[in-house]
Amino acid sequence: MIKNIIDVENLSKSFYISSKEPGLKGTIKHFFRRQTKSLKVIKNISFEIKEGEIVGFLGANGAGKTTILKMLCGLIYPSEGSILVSGNLPYRRKENFLKNITLIMGQKQQLIWDLPPIESFNLNASIYEIDKFEAKRRIKKLSEMLEIDDELFIPVRKLSLGQRMKSELLAALIHEPNILFLDEPTLGLDINAQRNLRKFLQKYNQETNATICLTSHYMQDITSLCKRVICVHNGAISYDGKLDLLLKKLSPVKEILIVCRSEEDVIKLENSGFNVKNKTKNEITIKVENNSITSSLKTILNNFDIEDLYINEPPIDEIIGKILIKKDYDI
Amino acid sequence: MNPRKYFKVYIKFLHTSIASELEYKTNILIDLITSILSLIGSIFLLSIFFQNDGSIAGWKFEQALIIQGIYTILNGITNTWFNPNLTEIVKHIREGTLDFVLLKPIDSQFFISLKKINPSGFLEIMLGFLLLVYCIRINQVDLNLSFLILSLITISCSICILYSLWFFVSTTTIWFVKTWNATEVLRSFLYIGRFPLNSFSLYLRIFFSVFIPIAFITTIPSEVFLGLAQLWKILLEVIVAMVFLITSRKFWLFALKFYTSASS
Repeated sequence: MIKNIIDVENLSKSFYISSKEPGLKGTIKHFFRRQTKSLKVIKNISFEIKEGEIVGFLGANGAGKTTILKMLCGLIYPSEGSILVSGNLPYRRKENFLKNITLIMGQKQQLIWDLPPIESFNLNASIYEIDKFEAKRRIKKLSEMLEIDDELFIPVRKLSLGQRMKSELLAALIHEPNILFLDEPTLGLDINAQRNLRKFLQKYNQETNATICLTSHYMQDITSLCKRVICVHNGAISYDGKLDLLLKKLSPVKEILIVCRSEEDVIKLENSGFNVKNKTKNEITIKVENNSITSSLKTILNNFDIEDLYINEPPIDEIIGKILIKKDYDI
Repeated sequence: MNPRKYFKVYIKFLHTSIASELEYKTNILIDLITSILSLIGSIFLLSIFFQNDGSIAGWKFEQALIIQGIYTILNGITNTWFNPNLTEIVKHIREGTLDFVLLKPIDSQFFISLKKINPSGFLEIMLGFLLLVYCIRINQVDLNLSFLILSLITISCSICILYSLWFFVSTTTIWFVKTWNATEVLRSFLYIGRFPLNSFSLYLRIFFSVFIPIAFITTIPSEVFLGLAQLWKILLEVIVAMVFLITSRKFWLFALKFYTSASS
């Protein structure tokens, strides 16, 4: 049986925030008498993550995904509840725990700006007590996997965003952590760089059996990496389970575009009880429920003179968009 | 805590920060010129104060130069280590990059206090030492072992007090987010350390001894140089330094519990 590497129970986090009325009057009032209130940003969440799993955290901006990640890696103290990550209380930040995890943030960087990335890697190697030869071996291996061999000796400020992100990954993985927390790792990258990064993470997970917790607003990151997703809505978990189950539940119908040889067939199809989305002279689009796709296709192919036929899945972004605004999913 | 690991990491800190600074040669040159001009300016200002009757509150110009020497060394240390690192804490907290520091298996206070170095500050430290050597000659100071030990202890205590004060103020950024002004105020108070403590009025002496112990930082080591320091004053400086160092450490660990990290 695969053991749990992350155990979260009834976890909550509250922050004190201040609010300000607009205009000069509001600013002066805010300066002299700041009004603060406690805001519960994470509300009694519980979940478990198994060793080697890749889990995607989905949610709108401000839903609480990053706060959860930061509590899991020990940066933020929880207000209530308990967290155990590989048997440790993360917020104690014990040396053994820190040597086992890493956090990668797409919008923040740890590399030394004026020096080539290799200098930052060597510095990290000495912090993680990795000897010179072992560090060299790991840098070589990871730079080959990330395809950044040539960029190791160019100052960070001269690298492109994609090259910088890959170097950030290498800096964060030099100690070969078992648990990776990734907060929007592909932010701002072009399509190819995104794809390469995803390929790398997949390979890293397969080779090392590392557990990966990921947040991203790029749905391709989630769909190609994560079998399981945890949806966060206003600080609470609205869904925790398999991604494909969620997608099926949220998009129970498929669209079939049928190209007929004659206008007559289009009219016949329209009148034969199908749910028509739209039609043109020779084409008609119908909506069919997932569980009756085969029988519907049989009927169409047997009774109508069809030139061509396309089955369209609804766009994934559209479905995920629904998740971000919905409160609860019973699946 | 593994001292060997910390030593190795510090060597890497030195290497990376010197390499970063050497990327900008002109900047280093300007810094070096500024250090020399600043020392000349300070000595000139001091000589104006002593122009009329040759002494202030019992201190002669030659003796006051010792304070200037110690101040120059401390200012050099400030420019070499404290300024590049401790002002960066504010940036780390505002931008949330403290996250990377806290997730490293190394003491966070060690990391943020010593990661960077400004090599041009070394010149100021050297100039300060040269001035002190000159002062030893003109004041005919007796160079014996107890003198050397006591000067080393008092100067080390001064460095600890200065560091703790600065670190304490920078730590408050965790709650107040922006405290540039407070560190600037502290820096201007440090200028006061260029003058002997008893040249100030009683109230100011109490203020600069009790609330912001700038006076301890330069005056007591200077008194050691002149053989004027009483033992209780030296002991008091050692106690003050220890209290400040321990308090700043405890305060940092306490403050981290309130760190909320910047939003992404």
